[in-house]
Amino acid sequence: MIEFVHPALLFILGAVPIPFLRGAARKVYLLLIPVLALLAVLALQPGSYGAAQFLGQDVLVAKVDKLSIVFATVFTILALIGMVYALHLTEAGQHVAAFVYVGSALGVVFAGDYLTLYLFWEGMAFASAYLVFAQGGEKAIRAAFRYLMVHVTGGVVLLGGIVLHALASGSLLFGPIEGNIGAGAYLILAGFLLNAAVPPLNAWLTDAYPEATVTGAVFMSAFTTKTAVYVLARAFPGTELLVWLGTAMALYGVIYAVLENDCRRLLAYHIVSQVGYMVAGVGIGTELAVNGATSHAFAHILYKALLFMGAGAVIYVTGRRKLTELGGLYRTMPLTVALYMIGAFAISAFPFFSGFVTKSMVVAAAGEDHRALVMLALTMASSGTFLHTGLKLPYYMFFGTDRGLEAREPPGNMLAAMAMAATLCVAIGIFPGPLYALLPYPVDFEPYTGAHVTESLGVLMFTALGFVLFLKALDPENTISIDTDWFYRKGARAFMWFAERPLARYEKAVSDVSETTALPLLHGSARAGLRVDLNGIDAIVNGVAHAILDGGGVLRRLQTGVVTHYALAMIAGLIAAIAVFAVVWR
Amino acid sequence: MIKCIVDLFGDEAYARYRHRLFYLVLVLIVVADFVVPRAHVEYLWERLPGWSAVYGFVSCVLLIFVSKFLGHQGGLMRREDYYD
Repeated sequence: MIEFVHPALLFILGAVPIPFLRGAARKVYLLLIPVLALLAVLALQPGSYGAAQFLGQDVLVAKVDKLSIVFATVFTILALIGMVYALHLTEAGQHVAAFVYVGSALGVVFAGDYLTLYLFWEGMAFASAYLVFAQGGEKAIRAAFRYLMVHVTGGVVLLGGIVLHALASGSLLFGPIEGNIGAGAYLILAGFLLNAAVPPLNAWLTDAYPEATVTGAVFMSAFTTKTAVYVLARAFPGTELLVWLGTAMALYGVIYAVLENDCRRLLAYHIVSQVGYMVAGVGIGTELAVNGATSHAFAHILYKALLFMGAGAVIYVTGRRKLTELGGLYRTMPLTVALYMIGAFAISAFPFFSGFVTKSMVVAAAGEDHRALVMLALTMASSGTFLHTGLKLPYYMFFGTDRGLEAREPPGNMLAAMAMAATLCVAIGIFPGPLYALLPYPVDFEPYTGAHVTESLGVLMFTALGFVLFLKALDPENTISIDTDWFYRKGARAFMWFAERPLARYEKAVSDVSETTALPLLHGSARAGLRVDLNGIDAIVNGVAHAILDGGGVLRRLQTGVVTHYALAMIAGLIAAIAVFAVVWR
Repeated sequence: MIKCIVDLFGDEAYARYRHRLFYLVLVLIVVADFVVPRAHVEYLWERLPGWSAVYGFVSCVLLIFVSKFLGHQGGLMRREDYYD
């Protein structure tokens, strides 16, 4: 009997054979691995596995406890659902990337030390970036490069934090950071907050997710931000800063969602909003709050994936993504509408849907901790959540003005995946017991009290009244919204301007000098050189020229713009960096 | 079955029926909020029946108009070719 199978290895090693399988065999294989991983996670026993020494430091490949098991369970469930949704794809690339992405996320969740965590953290960034690159087209490629650059920068910050923290504390083991938070811990926190999409570090998410492939966005909606919630819950529970950041981001997301015209970008802003509840829960740090954050992450992954699958189905069928261009699809896509709405009710926390039994835990924890303002702000954000994902988006996407679009239901596998997620959203809402039993602390919380039900319904249905009365004010507009990505998108332009104007002018001035004074001198020496040249250096020059020509060819091949080449170069660079790091560490 | 339910929410033919149902639900919720027992009350507003309805409505209106104000007057909303 094998004591411990690391689920991350199942996915990462399991990705290797995918390109070599064809047809039905590949489909079976794509589903088999997530099922095996789910079984492996369910069979996990709390404990520490894979302890070793690396460069004189203690590393721990897998530390299993209740917190990591909750996240691993929902990650593997979503891997299975996402694979069903992506089953119709013929090219292997996205499947491989998704496997590596899921595997890396699981690696982070079980990481017992910072080095292991960091490696999988970077793996996630690269694998997920591929899901944006795979969409193709200039917009997506540009967004993917921005996504990658932001995450690589975040990774460097995290690595710097890890090194400083390890030097200060003398240990690389990953656990709660207590006492005085030093510079290292702040850098680690910044790296984590970036992946959790906490404003102002949120723009990468809303920039890249809507540009990803239809199937890729489903995976992306689940893993990156929720692994960040996990590491925050592990390392920084009870950090006051997180309460306020989380509350602010819950509102930040819904405010931007009002302005948004792109259906998946609207949903992406709601990831920001929903992760705000989790970050706030982690920040409050009581048992109820951490339970709330964890269970909300669990429920969120399922309903958010369902919403992304619904919007993805519309994009897949119609090829359109802007609310101003959609409408009237309910006639041709009733099943998609119904399944999407289950996700919308779940995210809005309607009674008998999953959000109700999880989100209320975070809000109740804020109340119990005497944080009235947080409680009110989070309730206001719930109103906004229903307003957008439950009312505005479905209204303009499925109902509203009939644009006469040719549409049909998406392929069966997509519907099946949505049905799986929808079933879980309802099941968790009606029977929260099994989920509560998974949570890290014992649960003493009853979501279904009369007052709680009427209160929630009051907030939600009167939000609907506001929507009905002010529908005209919500009409989507053909605009994009400026977020914090403005700084690096416009900043990069300023940098390019600097490179093209002042720098180019300086270069021209230098070349002018060389033309007026240096050139005559050179002419003279050239004539002298010519004689030498004619007498035998020709051969050498020719040789050098050929070498340069060949070198240019190699360079040209490097600059193909083919993404995989760049990705390969980056991975090689990463390995080199780790090697250098390892040597310096010694 | 599902198609019928979805049509109920989409077809113009059911518009009146839909509105009546909606307002009936609103009234029922407020009434229920008055009669429901409140065992554990910590904050002032939790004591007020119908508070959640008012708060939900005000939140919704605030979110719509504050966001649109920020978008239009605050300059957050830009033409689609802003970054091109």
